Amino acid sequence: MAKAKKPELQVQTFATHQVITQPNPLRGALRIGGDEHDDPIARAEQALAELSSEFRDWMAIECQRLADAYVNVQQHGFTKTTREELFRASHDIKGEAATFGYPTAAAAADSLCRIIEHAPDLTKVPTELIDNHVKAIQAIVREHARIDKFGVQQELSRRLRAVADEYLAAVNHDRPEHLEAILAPSIVPAD
Amino acid sequence: MFRIDFNKLRFLVCDDNPHMRRILRTLLHSFGAREVYEAEDGATALEMYSLYAPDIVITDWAMPIFDGLELSQMIRQPDTKGNPFAPIIMLTAHSEKRRVTLARDAGVTEFLAKPISAKGLYQRVLNCVANPRPFIKTRNYFGPDRRRNPNANTYIGPERRSGGEAETIHQPSLLDKARVTG
Repeated sequence: MAKAKKPELQVQTFATHQVITQPNPLRGALRIGGDEHDDPIARAEQALAELSSEFRDWMAIECQRLADAYVNVQQHGFTKTTREELFRASHDIKGEAATFGYPTAAAAADSLCRIIEHAPDLTKVPTELIDNHVKAIQAIVREHARIDKFGVQQELSRRLRAVADEYLAAVNHDRPEHLEAILAPSIVPAD
Repeated sequence: MFRIDFNKLRFLVCDDNPHMRRILRTLLHSFGAREVYEAEDGATALEMYSLYAPDIVITDWAMPIFDGLELSQMIRQPDTKGNPFAPIIMLTAHSEKRRVTLARDAGVTEFLAKPISAKGLYQRVLNCVANPRPFIKTRNYFGPDRRRNPNANTYIGPERRSGGEAETIHQPSLLDKARVTG
C-alpha cells in the first residue's frame, strides 16, 4: 500500500486558504462484501481475551511504577522530573486499567491526574490528598480478586474524585480555563 | 458490508508504554494487519515514519522527547519531502474536550480516548480508509478539513475561511459512492 506511486494533488486556492484533494491513497484497502461470518472486531476481542492472563502482572508493574514515582516525590519534592514521572505513571493507569479489568483503579488514577494537571502549586496540595490516591490505587489492585470488594472500590474512587474536585474548584476559582476543564464532562462515555 | 483489508495497510504505532503497544499490536494483527512498526517515543516515530512510510499512524499523546501532538505537527509539514497526508489517529488517556480541539488543530485525523476497544479502533481506521477528508492549508494550519460535514450550511463554529458557496468542496466518501452504486 505504502509503495503505491504518489497520487496527484488537486489544489484549489482561495483568498485565505487552499483546499487540497487527492485520489484516496488507501482505497485499495477497502472492499465491499466478503465473508459474512468473518467478524474482525470479534476476532480482536477474542485475541484481547487471550492476552488477559497477563493483565494482572502488567497492572502490578504499573502500580509499582506509580509507587516508585511517589517515593521520588516524597524524597525530592515536586520537581519537573518527579512531577512528570508521577503524572505519567498515573496517566498510564488511567488509560490502561479499564482495559486490564481495573476500572475503579482507572477512575482513581484519573482523579490523581487532574490534581497534578490543575493544581496551581503542587507543593501546596495537602499531602494526604495525593497519598490517599496512590494508596487507593494500590489497594484496588491488591484486592482486585475479591469480587465482594468491588462496591467498596467504586465508592472509594468516587469519594476521592469528589474530594479532589472540591479542592481543585476552590484553588482554581480565579483560573477560568482550569475551572472550565475541571467542570467539563469527560468525553469518555460512562459505563 | 464494508471491510478493510488490513493486510494491505502499513501501520506505525507510537506509545511509550510497552503494554499499550502490545495491546495495539494484538488488535491490529487480529484485524489482519501484517506490517505494524512500533516506536516508543516521538523522535523514533518520526524517524520510522520517514523510513517505512506507513499508511496510518497511531500515536499516544504523552510521550518522552517529544509528544504525540508535536509528532503530528512535524508530520503535517506541507513542504516536507515525506508524506504530510497520512492519517493520524491520536489514542490517548486525555479525555477533555480541550484536548480534542488541540489535537484537531495539530492535524490529527481521528481521536480515540482510552480505554481502547477493538470496535473503537476498527471504526477509526475505517474512517481513515473510507472517508478521507480534503486537506486545508491556511497561514497557521495544515491538515484534514476540520469540518467533517461537507454541507457548509450546517457549520456553526467560528468562520476561519473567507469566501462563498463556490468554495465548498463536495467530496463524497467511498462509502457514499458504494451505497449509491450498490
